[in-house]
Amino acid sequence: MYKAFGIINSSGKHIWVEGMQTYRPISAFSFLGRYRVIDFPISNLSNSGIDRIQVYIRRMPRSLVEHVGTGRHYNINSKRGKLQLLFSEDSTEHSLYNTDIESYLENLECIETMRHPYVVIAPSYMVYSQDFGELLNQHIESEADITLLYHSVDNAKESFLNCNFLNLNRQKGVLSIERNQGSVKNRNIFMDTYIMKKELFLELIRKAKSLSSMYTLSDIVNAVCEDLDVRGVSHRGYFASLTDFKSYHDANLSLIDFKTATSLFDNNWPIYTRTNDSCPTKYFESSNVKNSVISNGCLIEGTVENSVIGRGCIIKEGAVVKNSVVLPTAVIGKNVTIENLVVDKHAQIVHAKEVIADPQHPGYIKRGDIM
Amino acid sequence: MKQNNMLAMILAGGRGSRLHDLTNKVAKPAVSFGGKYRIIDFPLSNCANSGVDVVGVLTQYESILLNSYVANSGRWGLDAKESGVYVLPPREKADSDLDVYRGTADAISQNIDFIDTYSPDYVLILSGDHIYKMNYEKMLAYHKECGADATIAVIEVPFKEASRFGIMNTDETGRIVEFEEKPPQPKSNLASMGIYIFNWKLLRKMLLADMKNTESNHDFGKDIIPTLLNDGKSLYAYKFKGYWKDVGTIDSLWEANLDLLNKNNELDLNDRSWSIYTEDVTTLPHYVGPDANIQGAFITQGCLIEGEVKHSVLFTGAKVGAGAKVIDSVLMPGAEVEEGAVVVRALVSDGIRVGKGAKVGDAASENIELVAKHVKGVE
Repeated sequence: MYKAFGIINSSGKHIWVEGMQTYRPISAFSFLGRYRVIDFPISNLSNSGIDRIQVYIRRMPRSLVEHVGTGRHYNINSKRGKLQLLFSEDSTEHSLYNTDIESYLENLECIETMRHPYVVIAPSYMVYSQDFGELLNQHIESEADITLLYHSVDNAKESFLNCNFLNLNRQKGVLSIERNQGSVKNRNIFMDTYIMKKELFLELIRKAKSLSSMYTLSDIVNAVCEDLDVRGVSHRGYFASLTDFKSYHDANLSLIDFKTATSLFDNNWPIYTRTNDSCPTKYFESSNVKNSVISNGCLIEGTVENSVIGRGCIIKEGAVVKNSVVLPTAVIGKNVTIENLVVDKHAQIVHAKEVIADPQHPGYIKRGDIM
Repeated sequence: MKQNNMLAMILAGGRGSRLHDLTNKVAKPAVSFGGKYRIIDFPLSNCANSGVDVVGVLTQYESILLNSYVANSGRWGLDAKESGVYVLPPREKADSDLDVYRGTADAISQNIDFIDTYSPDYVLILSGDHIYKMNYEKMLAYHKECGADATIAVIEVPFKEASRFGIMNTDETGRIVEFEEKPPQPKSNLASMGIYIFNWKLLRKMLLADMKNTESNHDFGKDIIPTLLNDGKSLYAYKFKGYWKDVGTIDSLWEANLDLLNKNNELDLNDRSWSIYTEDVTTLPHYVGPDANIQGAFITQGCLIEGEVKHSVLFTGAKVGAGAKVIDSVLMPGAEVEEGAVVVRALVSDGIRVGKGAKVGDAASENIELVAKHVKGVE
C-alpha cells in the first residue's frame, strides 16, 4: 500500500506500568510467551502493506532495538521497505518536555521526506489486530480530516483508567478526547490510532508546539476537533490496553482461552516476532499442565494452571504455578507455589516456598531477582 | 571460508526409500525431526557453529522443497559476506552430457568448478541424513595434527551391529589400515559416520581420475576410500563420542524422536552453546486446554492439546482433540488427532487427520505404524 507510511508511538508520561516499566518501555514487554507488544502494531502495518514504518522510542531503547533490529522478521521488503527506530534526544524519564510532539519535531526531516500522502499512527502499548488498508479506504471515502480508532467497552469504571476516550456525536464525529476517570461504565476508549494526511500531521505538530510545549498529539487533536472533521471508527475483535500493571497481567491471562485468542490471531493475519531458536518444550512424567499457553524451550516437571509461560522457563518438580505470567528464562524452584504473579525475565523463585498475591492485585517479581 | 579454509559439501540427493510414504514428495534430508526441525538442519547448524561458512548442498531426488529450504541461508546465520549455502543440483554443462549424480563421489566431481572458486585447503564431506551435534573444527584440528591426507569420523557401535556399517580397522595410532563395508565378521566396531575431511588438492586429483574410470561406482565408501588406502595414503579415524543416528527407517525415525524425551539424552537440543537452527514459523505458542493431560512429551509452537499426550513428540501445529489419546507416538507437522481418537505406537505423517473416535497403532506391535493417509472417523 503506497498511500501511507506508519508511525508507532511510544507511551506518554501519564502511563506507567509499575515494576516492569523500570526495565524497558511497554513496547518491549514480553507478551503471551513468545511475543513483544511491539510485534502487534508492526505486524498490523506490515500485513496492511505498509512497509515504511517509524518506531519512536522515548526512553530505554536497548531491549526494543535488539528485538526489532532491521525489521526483516516482520516481512518487510528489505530493499523497498524500511523500519526506522527514532529516539528522542531528551529521553530523560521525568522531563516535562519529553512528549511525542517533541520527538516528532526532532525527527521532522524523516517525516517530511516521506513521499506517502497519508500517515497511520498506532500505539506501541496496546494489543489488537487491525487492517489499516481497510481503515485508510474508509477514511478517504468519508472525506474526514482525521479518523480515530476506538473500542467500546462496558468496564471503563474499573479498567482503562489511564486511557483517553472519545466523546462522539451521533454521526461518530469526535467532540472531544478526554481522560477516562472511571466515572462511567460505558466508554469509547480511544485506541491512540490516527489516520490523516501527512501535511495535516505536520501542521498539527507545529501548531502543538506553538500552543504549548507540553502538548501531546491527542491534546492538539482534541484542541482542533471543533474546527476539523474528526471522526471515530469502532474497532471489532480483541483489544487490550497495557497501561497499568493489572491490565498487563489480565491481558496475558485473557488470551489463554483459545476462542478469545482467535479474535486476535488469524492465520491470514500473522503476528511476526523475532525467533530465538529455542527447541520445543519438554514435559516430564511428573508434569501437570492445564489451561495454559506454553512457549518453546521450557522444561516442565511441575504443575501449571491458567498461566502464560515464556520461552526457556524451568518449572521444577512439585512447583505449582497458577494464574501467573512467567516471563522468559524464569525459574520456579522445587515445591514452590506461586499464584497471581508476574515473574519478570531471568527471575528465580527458589527459596521462598509460597508467593501468593491477591487476584485483584497481582504481585510482581523483579527482573533477575533471586527469591 | 576465511576462518578455517574449509568448505563443506553436504550429500543430500538420496530419497531414503525405507521411509516409505514420508519421502514420496520430499528428499530424506528435508524430513521433519524433533518437533520443529528438518534433518538437514543438523549438519547445517553444525557447520554454522563450527565456523564452516561456505556450504554446498548436493540435491537430486525430489528437490523442490529441499532446494528452497536450504537456499535461505540466513536461517543458519550463513548469510554474511563471503559465506552462504549453495544449492547444487545436477546441471547440463558445455563439455559433457551428464545430467544426474551417478554416486556420492560423482556429485562432488561434477562440482569441482564450484569448489575451485573458493580454492579451499580442506573439503568436508557430510551426509544430509544424520542426527548429531559435532564440532567439525575439532575434527579439522585432529586432521592437521595427524598430518593426514584424509580423516574419517567414526563412532563405536555395539559389535553385534557392526556388520550393518562401514567399519574402519585402525592401528594403535588411529591410522586406518583397512576399510570393510558391512563385514560379516567385523574386526573392529568403529563405524564410519560418512563424515570426511580431505585435503582438496589430493581429492581433486582422485575425483578427476575416478570420473574417467568406467569400472567405478563413483562412491566414497566403495571407490575413493579404498583407492586412497591402496595408494598408501595416510587416513586417520577421528573418534566421535555422543549422539549420532541415521534415521533411515520409520522405526529409527520414531525412536530418534522419542530419544528426545530421555532425561539423559546426549542430543541436548536445549544447549544454547550449540543451538540447532531452523525455519522460523509464525504461529502461537502451544495451547494446553483445561482438560488436557500431558506426561512425558516434547511439544512445539502452534500445537493445540485438549486431550491426553503420553510419551510422544508433537511437531509444529499438531492438534490433539478433547478425549483423544496420543501414546508413544510422533505427530508430524499439522497432524490432527480428532476428539476421542486413539493413536498408539504410530507416526502420523504431515497434515494427516485421524478422525473422531478412530484408533490407529497397536501397543503390542513390533514395528511402528506409519499413518500417511487420512483415517476416517468412527460414528
